[in-house]
Amino acid sequence: MAECGASGSGSSGDSLDKSITLPPDEIFRNLENAKRFAIDIGGSLTKLAYYSTVQHKVAKVRSFDHSGKDTERDHEPPYEISVQEEITARLHFIKFENTYIEACLDFIKDHLVNTETKVIQATGGGAYKFKDLIEEKLRLKVDKEDVMTCLIKGCNFVLKNIPHEAFVYQKDSDPEFRFQTNHPHIFPYLLVNIGSGVSIVKVETEDRFEWVGGSSIGGGTFWGLGALLTKTKKFDELLHLASRGQHSNVDMLVRDVYGGAHQTLGLSGNLIASSFGKSATADQEFSKEDMAKSLLHMISNDIGQLACLHARLHSLDRVYFGGFFIRGHPVTMRTITYSINFFSKGEVQALFLRHEGYLGAIGAFLKGAEQDNPNQYSWGENYAGSSGLMSTSPELGPAQRARSGTFDLLEMDRLERPLVSLPLLLDPPSYVPDTVDLTDDALARKYWLTCFEEALDGVVKRAVASQPDSVDAAERAEKFRQKYWNKLQTLRQQPFAYGTLTVRSLLDTREHCLNEFNFPDPYSKVKQRENGVALRCFPGVVRSLDTLGWEERQLALVKGLLAGNVFDWGAKAVSEPWLVDSYSEWLQRLKGPPHKCALIFADNSGIDIILGVFPFVRELLLRGTEVILACNSGPALNDVTHSESLIVAERIAGMDPVVHSALREERLLLVQTGSSSPCLDLSRLDKGLAALVRERGADLVVIEGMGRAVHTNYHAALCCESLKLAVIKNAWLAERLGGRLFSVIFKYEVPAE
Amino acid sequence: MAGVDEKAQALPPTRPLGGAAITLFWTTPPSPPPRNQDPPPPPASPRPCHRSLSLDRGMVNPPRVRESIGREAFGPPPASSDWLPARWRNGRGGRRRARLCPGWTAAEDGRSSTLGGLLGRQLWLLRMGAGRFGAPMERHGRASPTSVSSGGEQAAGGPEGRRQEPLRRRASSASVPAVGASAEGARRDRLGSYSGPTSVSRQRVESLRKKRPRFPWFGLDIGGTLVKLVYFEPKDITAEEEEEEVESLKSIRKYLTSNVAYGSTGIRDVHLELKDLTLCGRKGNLHFIRFPTHDMPAFIQMGRDKNFSSLHTVFCATGGGAYKFEQDFLTIGDLQLCKLDELDCLIKGILYIDSVGFNGRSQCYYFENPADSEKCQKLPFDLKNPYPLLLVNIGSGVSILAVYSKDNYKRVTGTSLGGGTFFGLCCLLTGCTTFEEALEMASRGDSTKVDKLVRDIYGGDYERFGLPGWAVASSFGNMMSKEKREAVSKEDLARATLITITNNIGSIARMCALNENINQVVFVGNFLRINTIAMRLLAYALDYWSKGQLKALFSEHEGYFGAVGALLELLKIP
Repeated sequence: MAECGASGSGSSGDSLDKSITLPPDEIFRNLENAKRFAIDIGGSLTKLAYYSTVQHKVAKVRSFDHSGKDTERDHEPPYEISVQEEITARLHFIKFENTYIEACLDFIKDHLVNTETKVIQATGGGAYKFKDLIEEKLRLKVDKEDVMTCLIKGCNFVLKNIPHEAFVYQKDSDPEFRFQTNHPHIFPYLLVNIGSGVSIVKVETEDRFEWVGGSSIGGGTFWGLGALLTKTKKFDELLHLASRGQHSNVDMLVRDVYGGAHQTLGLSGNLIASSFGKSATADQEFSKEDMAKSLLHMISNDIGQLACLHARLHSLDRVYFGGFFIRGHPVTMRTITYSINFFSKGEVQALFLRHEGYLGAIGAFLKGAEQDNPNQYSWGENYAGSSGLMSTSPELGPAQRARSGTFDLLEMDRLERPLVSLPLLLDPPSYVPDTVDLTDDALARKYWLTCFEEALDGVVKRAVASQPDSVDAAERAEKFRQKYWNKLQTLRQQPFAYGTLTVRSLLDTREHCLNEFNFPDPYSKVKQRENGVALRCFPGVVRSLDTLGWEERQLALVKGLLAGNVFDWGAKAVSEPWLVDSYSEWLQRLKGPPHKCALIFADNSGIDIILGVFPFVRELLLRGTEVILACNSGPALNDVTHSESLIVAERIAGMDPVVHSALREERLLLVQTGSSSPCLDLSRLDKGLAALVRERGADLVVIEGMGRAVHTNYHAALCCESLKLAVIKNAWLAERLGGRLFSVIFKYEVPAE
Repeated sequence: MAGVDEKAQALPPTRPLGGAAITLFWTTPPSPPPRNQDPPPPPASPRPCHRSLSLDRGMVNPPRVRESIGREAFGPPPASSDWLPARWRNGRGGRRRARLCPGWTAAEDGRSSTLGGLLGRQLWLLRMGAGRFGAPMERHGRASPTSVSSGGEQAAGGPEGRRQEPLRRRASSASVPAVGASAEGARRDRLGSYSGPTSVSRQRVESLRKKRPRFPWFGLDIGGTLVKLVYFEPKDITAEEEEEEVESLKSIRKYLTSNVAYGSTGIRDVHLELKDLTLCGRKGNLHFIRFPTHDMPAFIQMGRDKNFSSLHTVFCATGGGAYKFEQDFLTIGDLQLCKLDELDCLIKGILYIDSVGFNGRSQCYYFENPADSEKCQKLPFDLKNPYPLLLVNIGSGVSILAVYSKDNYKRVTGTSLGGGTFFGLCCLLTGCTTFEEALEMASRGDSTKVDKLVRDIYGGDYERFGLPGWAVASSFGNMMSKEKREAVSKEDLARATLITITNNIGSIARMCALNENINQVVFVGNFLRINTIAMRLLAYALDYWSKGQLKALFSEHEGYFGAVGALLELLKIP
């Protein structure tokens, strides 16, 4: 184990300007390897983007060389594990206030090791102003990129790559955020960018977009006019004033014009008839708060109205809003949403973006990195390295907001392989992987957050134990604990911080945090041992299955699948009767013609894959069904990884002629899912898998395990037959579903004709 | 150019620029509508009837106001007998309410027996409450039928109700062909005229006299900021009449016509006065008066002091204030308001005023070369094909209507950024106290010191998006900077406010025109009063951003159309 942490550059962060309050090793990470800088300098915030490589440890499995040995020794592990360094690509985005720009440039200059970089892509209104400073400090040539082009490139990128990027904002509802599942077809859409003015752009394809209109009444009007009216200089302070004001003291409302009659006329008396209509008098003073609020309403309503008119003209119903006027401020999102709903009568949806502030920087980066083809890859948000959305609590004053506004981070990992939607989804746009939305379900949220908190000790122990030879394992594990604990606390306060909160996102965040501190696969040894034990049992299990009659065998195979799924939690027996039971339909189906090809998503290593899945696969093969066995690309808990599955298959092939010939004849194919999550998102799967599914004409999908079949995909609708199997290993969840601990889910579904 | 408002003169190019070039459109009337086949109703019937034609049945040839210029009198009313029920089925609040005005009940009394069904019931209700002309009881009578028609009123009322209105409105007017002539040529025929009822027999004059409402004739539009009052001053008063004229009526007439200012805030726009107008068989002048809405209590008090209620007159009023001040009128002034739908009145008023012209000149005009102060010319516009028309009424707030025919229109949208916003912000930013002062400051200011232009950001045009450098990128955008805040004058701020509000209205109007597929846009409302800067900017912006597809039109009587429409309702001129 090398001593230097592969991630984080922290050692010499002292030189950073003292005014930067966050530890620099958390801000400018992996700067040594950074290349391809891009910078977006707005009116008050600077967004820096760079591309870097992250070196981290991965656990690799490798078969022992068994040649020359005809018998296995009982106590030898089935394969060896080695920890290797792997390099992956990561995009870093940092947002900070313009006041820090010089300090940040100094810091970058001091730590930039990579000298290949010659230019920096720059965009945003401030790019001109700081051009000289950047060129002088970084000795990089500044390449100016068009603001709107960058913005749209960035917008396309986040919409495609970040799940739950877009959300609608609902006032007074809990949660206020409702995230949109990623739509496979993001075009066409309307982007309304509210900077100092307003630009309305219709985006039709990746490269085709058109400025369809705009307005001069935008963020600059709020700020400029607000500063004149209230003598308040800062934008955030103006918003804060507005959040406390009563616009009805300044605006002429319908009820002011109509008197009390608005009620009998069926009018809403609160509608604004004339903004600032009441201020047309010399003999009255108006409070700053009231004027700021009136101004905010005036501008938001106006923008919303224009956006609706443009949406209508172009027959679009999705309008994304971005720009510094929004910047995640609940008060502006609220007024914009209200206005859009009012003027479109609900026909147009106002959507906001979690990473709205980064669009320009992302776009500028992409412009500069075109030769690396960043659009060819899929990217995933790294929950460990990203700061997430700010709180929207209305009480939060500018001082409190300032902290999170000072430095904000987004990190995106380049995924090894491009991800696409499973071709077998019935309706990709409406597919939602997660079964329970914890942002929505406060009770479930509370339960699961506590559950993950309580399990943290165990995970830390497991992590330390997985690296007995490492001197700093305990220290790193402690850092992991802190990081994940903090994430959980953040999520308690702001469940929407990373999009829709789900059991999946909690699990994924934990995996990201473990990776962050170089615990790539804490279960590797456990999996190795269990795989060894299970492999030794395999011949006996197959023999005994073969002695059973056909019908008995089918039940035994299903029970095997379920049992393997249980053993990791130490259950001895499943609870009867089954909670969801369509076994008889499945049996009936088996009496019919064989399936052409089955796609199986495997769950755990050990008993599950070897004694549950493989005998089931063997039976399918014997029936004449081809099998695609999909396992995770990277480790997650004790789930079987693709590389482990290859070894396991190889070992089983050595024992079983059915599997042997199927592998040789490519009737059994082992593929990777593209995921490293204990859950399963069928809309983000390895492209190769999708191609294979299409090529082989898969007509049966088997999903097993709680993570893949209950926490996710329980309600997933497929256009072919599907089997979802799991044992509910959590008492709380079992009760919620109306069953008991170790209740069985056996869900066989046939799509309606 | 007589009687040009003094304040208007203070502002150089605001008043008419090119009166000489005006061609009066009615001197070359469009081919007359096929009146014989499809006779329109006699809208200008001088009889104060309810425009319910069946009431006219039995009258061989209702007394007609004759068009003085090449127009024949209206034909007989349509014989269609199902017309009336259809009207009732589809009646809208505003109209129905008008029909329920107490002033009409007496006139109807004699004929009500001929009516059955719904109308009979309505009249019955009316009679229940309206036993005696002008008596308090009558007001109760008025109040109770409102509940009968409340369904219609709700939707017709204000911004929100109207949002759901368009379909219904259009549907209803589509099924009510007789409300107005469907052919636009006919529309003008029905409207007022210049000359008196020369061919009307003595008997008819007599009948007219009985049935038209008593003097004084007012139309009132009580807006959020301004009250607009139109007053018809009869000039054909006979000696006999003069003798009969009660003292209070005389004093009102004298007071209104001999002054140009009333109290400290009331102003008569003398330059707008329409002379020698014939209304309901009476010849006279139409006066245009305005005063701030906050002086409404004083106005009502004056009505009380001058004993208006003794005149048994009806106040037809529109605008939100008709509702707001209804109770005050009743309790303080002992006056019953007849409340009318403001959009109905607006459209009615515009079409009428356009048809009678402006004392021989054109009512409607446009600007040529609006951006060039040297070459800019105000030219008359012949609105001979008025439909479809986008009507942008800029008062305190803004309403935008798409008008497809006289009775077929819908409210497209509105914005709260209107004249009230301009004046309100100017008061806050500059400490000015009057609209005139605000405009005067604006005329001397430089908005480019306040606004951030495209060229301020991009150094020139933003070619990627085809934006010219002179376009405003961010209104008040320069005011984000402390130095620039300190460097601007009040005049600059007033100018920027004016430009901001005007551009925004132009932009919304343009989008509506595109969405509604309408290319002539008429801007009216008191925001445009003595406001050439705004009008020229609207004209330019509409032309520029639509690449010449849209035309901005204006009208001399800017803000008075609602009040005119209310007066027309009083006189039952459809």
